[in-house]
Amino acid sequence: MSPPRVGFVGAAGALIARDLRLALRRSGDSLQPLGFFLVVSTLFPLALDPQLSLLRDVAPAALWVGALLSSLLALDLLFREDAQDGTLEQLALCGLPFQGLLLAKTAVHWLLTGLPLVLIAPLAATALGAPYEAMPGILAALLLGSLALSLIGAVGAGLTMSLKRNGSLLALLVLPLAAPVLIFGARATALAIAGESLAGPLYLLGAIAVLAATLVPWALAAAVRIGLE
Amino acid sequence: MAWVWFHRFGSPPYFYRVAGLLAPWFAWPAALLCAAGLVGGLGLAPADYQQGDGFRIIYVHAPAAWLSLMVYVVMASSAAVGLIWRMTVAYAVAASCAAIGASFTALALATGMLWGRPMWGTYWEWDPRLTSELLLLFLYLGYMGLRNAIDDIGRADRASAVLATVGVVNVPIIHYSVIWWNSLHQAPSVMRFGQPTMPAAMLVPLLLMLAGFTAYFVALLLTRARGELLRRERNARWIADALGVATGKGSAC
Repeated sequence: MSPPRVGFVGAAGALIARDLRLALRRSGDSLQPLGFFLVVSTLFPLALDPQLSLLRDVAPAALWVGALLSSLLALDLLFREDAQDGTLEQLALCGLPFQGLLLAKTAVHWLLTGLPLVLIAPLAATALGAPYEAMPGILAALLLGSLALSLIGAVGAGLTMSLKRNGSLLALLVLPLAAPVLIFGARATALAIAGESLAGPLYLLGAIAVLAATLVPWALAAAVRIGLE
Repeated sequence: MAWVWFHRFGSPPYFYRVAGLLAPWFAWPAALLCAAGLVGGLGLAPADYQQGDGFRIIYVHAPAAWLSLMVYVVMASSAAVGLIWRMTVAYAVAASCAAIGASFTALALATGMLWGRPMWGTYWEWDPRLTSELLLLFLYLGYMGLRNAIDDIGRADRASAVLATVGVVNVPIIHYSVIWWNSLHQAPSVMRFGQPTMPAAMLVPLLLMLAGFTAYFVALLLTRARGELLRRERNARWIADALGVATGKGSAC
């Protein structure tokens, strides 16, 4: 009897389910980026004069710097353990599109850091004085922006996964590349809070996310293959 | 075959020899062009009617800023060539580019800040071009940091090549995002330097300096790439032949 053959969709689904289950077993670790995001956005009012008008001005910066850093926080572990215990090698050898499987792993990173952040963002944004009407815009910007951040960050994680002393190198690699996301995301959030049309920056965020989703899998596969050698 | 020259350049001994022959042919023109450009720019060009003599720093600033971008493109292209054809020479060229590019970027930033002092009244203004230059410096530092962190030179080559390729796709995105970010914040910059109306007495020295800096970069790159090849191929037989010394290892086999 030959072993049952699994198609790409089945394999990617199994990979996502496995990574989510692993994350659930270590829910303390998995919740860290979310807690970090909340702490950062709480620290801004403490460092400033807590006037609502002033907070409203810095709310975009606080939300997006928080999102960027919390996304970065979980990146280091994205491929590291799977590279050490040989899982990634098996994935590279199994004959299914490696790019797609790595994209599935990146999707898990987004499900664990991006999506919870989008869900909790209304709370943080309200605390920073954003009006209720601004929420759909803020959520849409964070949704697109966090997708782009996970994709861009995955390349950095793939390049540094086999390094023993990683330290701040991952941040140095990823943050300059993520600058456009930060710029357009914060701009869209500022426009949403001001009650103006945020279509322009939102479209650009979407374009960056689509471009990243198109090009990142190939760069990511190349980076991870080099790391596996 | 049309591609023979390309493959020939992929051979370290051939590249080492040709680069050594070519380097002086770029170094001397670079010195002459820069000397002529500096005389023309600092001495002969008239003072700007708005900025006085302060504008003359453009003769260092603009070529450095131009090269900071060009070196990144050269670095990413040769890294991609190395990745595709697995050529040691291409990797050596890419590795030699990083420090040169980072130096030009730092020079462009420093002269931009010095220029900003009389023009804007502060050393640092969040001017779009200065800001994207700063992000470019971070890209160079990341590239060098990644190379440093990987001990095995072959893996360092390939990993940094992937990073450079990703970076070169991002450079225009970063550049334009910074420009849009800033134009949304403030009125068009004070630095609207009259590009089309620049008189010839100012423009010609600038072009001379641009050509001189570029030739200087090529000479520097060829020399550094030769050094990089010597370091990488230190156990190869051709090195002993090229340097005219007999090494124990080379003569034994």
